[in-house]
Amino acid sequence: MSDITSQSLFELTSNIKEKKLSSEEITKAFIDRAEKSKKLNVYVTDNFEKAIDQSKKFDSNPNFDLKLPGIPIAVKDLFCTNGVRTTAGSKILNNFVPTYESTVTQNLWSQGAILLGKLNCDEFAMGSSNETSFFGNVQNPVGENLVPGGSSGGSSAAVAANLTPVTIGTDTGGSIRQPASFTGTVGLKPTYGSCSRYGIVAFASSLDQAGPMTKNVRDCSMFLEVISSFDQKDSTSIDYKRNCYSKELSKDIKGKKIGIPKEYRVDNMPDEIEQLWKNGISYAKDCGAEIIDISLPHTNYALPTYYIVAPAEASSNLARYDGVKYGFRSPGQNLIEMYEKTRSEGFGDEVKRRIMIGTYVLSSGYYDAYYLKAQKVRQLIKKDFDDAFSKVDAILTPSTPSSAFKIGEKTNDPVSMYLNDIFTVPINLAGLPGISIPAGKDKNNYPLGLQVIGKPFDEQNILNISYALEDKINFKNDISDWWLSE
Amino acid sequence: MSIDLKTVKHISKLARISIDDEKANKLKGDLNNIFEFIEKLNELNTDNVQALTSIAETTLRFRKDEIKSENIREKILKNSPEENKDFFVVPKVVE
Repeated sequence: MSDITSQSLFELTSNIKEKKLSSEEITKAFIDRAEKSKKLNVYVTDNFEKAIDQSKKFDSNPNFDLKLPGIPIAVKDLFCTNGVRTTAGSKILNNFVPTYESTVTQNLWSQGAILLGKLNCDEFAMGSSNETSFFGNVQNPVGENLVPGGSSGGSSAAVAANLTPVTIGTDTGGSIRQPASFTGTVGLKPTYGSCSRYGIVAFASSLDQAGPMTKNVRDCSMFLEVISSFDQKDSTSIDYKRNCYSKELSKDIKGKKIGIPKEYRVDNMPDEIEQLWKNGISYAKDCGAEIIDISLPHTNYALPTYYIVAPAEASSNLARYDGVKYGFRSPGQNLIEMYEKTRSEGFGDEVKRRIMIGTYVLSSGYYDAYYLKAQKVRQLIKKDFDDAFSKVDAILTPSTPSSAFKIGEKTNDPVSMYLNDIFTVPINLAGLPGISIPAGKDKNNYPLGLQVIGKPFDEQNILNISYALEDKINFKNDISDWWLSE
Repeated sequence: MSIDLKTVKHISKLARISIDDEKANKLKGDLNNIFEFIEKLNELNTDNVQALTSIAETTLRFRKDEIKSENIREKILKNSPEENKDFFVVPKVVE
């Protein structure tokens, strides 16, 4: 048997069910490795002691019918966990201990999973490098001083470094797929309405979705099955019949029509990414898929649209952090001064910047010029995809315009940081499912990802295409454990 | 268009985030760069386009108006920054 922490979710659940491993052995193995991996800074809060107790409890009365029987899992620190501190990577929630549980994490525990701890992320999920976190940046296990992507950077690093078998991230503009691409892991953003938003610290409510981050596509299908559910507590949760994704997982994609959008061939895109894309196309052909050139004419307008819509929603969502009911408070002479000081000291620079953008585009006299305009362009972007999906079953693109960059490289230039999400943002604007799978490496040996985009609620199809491509690509993430300490 | 210092201060007031002059100047630069990038949208004619207000094409659901009696006062007050078992405490608002 291979080392416990390097096993996939599929292997771990099989080994538990066949009684080759106990939940306690597995849980302790992940905790031991975490103790030696502090340099990566993936954890904001650990739950190790309780996790061991719970694993013993599971072993004393195991239920092997569950989908995550006694499996320890760490989650992004954006999910409210009852009794366990939830910070969203922000000083303003530094001392916040929820008294309720998010629906998607509740789904994990209901299927037998055990909480290992809460993973670092960009503050309020606003960032593409995990550098905006109040709790410091995360190291990418792929190489020292490299960002793990963001905002689910602690999550992507934890999966790549074998610190959790799988995890859940959230994706508002690419926050699952971009970090997955940067770390050689798999990340899926489900259709808007597939996973409940209840109990997730809100960033931009019309874009936010939770989704699985895993070592491979099969694990991704198993995990999606657990977290996707209809929920009365989320008014935009959609009631539809969800597939048994892992059971219906198949490499047979013969005859599937896969679209290649010409607008994703952007200026200054490295040759390696162009090559990676070509390889993906030829693998898809090898599998019997039909390749069709398509056009998504408003692609270039997606990022500017996103940087109106997302900050507008964020400025409204983050109005609740006023120092009155929970979280950090800075004292003031009067109520207004307390609000202003609390928010000034409690939020980091990027969050403040986005609240300011959002406040401005929603303010009197500018609403029509910016916010309404952006909502109209969002309609055009969605229509691009509707038109494309009348001709094809799925769309194949690169996940990101570059591989992981160095820590500090882009922190002084917000716009260059925003450009990271150029291939992922349109999918959120249109509410579609998208998955990033590792597909190759650049000249520095850093991973690069390919993205498969599907029709609404067609997660099965993009999982199957990814499963077939994964087999052909045969990606190996050679991570040297350079960060381990004794 | 460009955003001047006065506008930055006005937005910070609306957003209830106090900023000093140094921060305001830095923000002015950042915001102008970002809005220059955002203004690309003006290239598009959207006169006859309907705004997309919800991506999930469903109407909001109704639920039964039921009393779910659970005493959650303690839970709600648990994270309150200033301790008081019955209320949230704020600076004096009435002179």
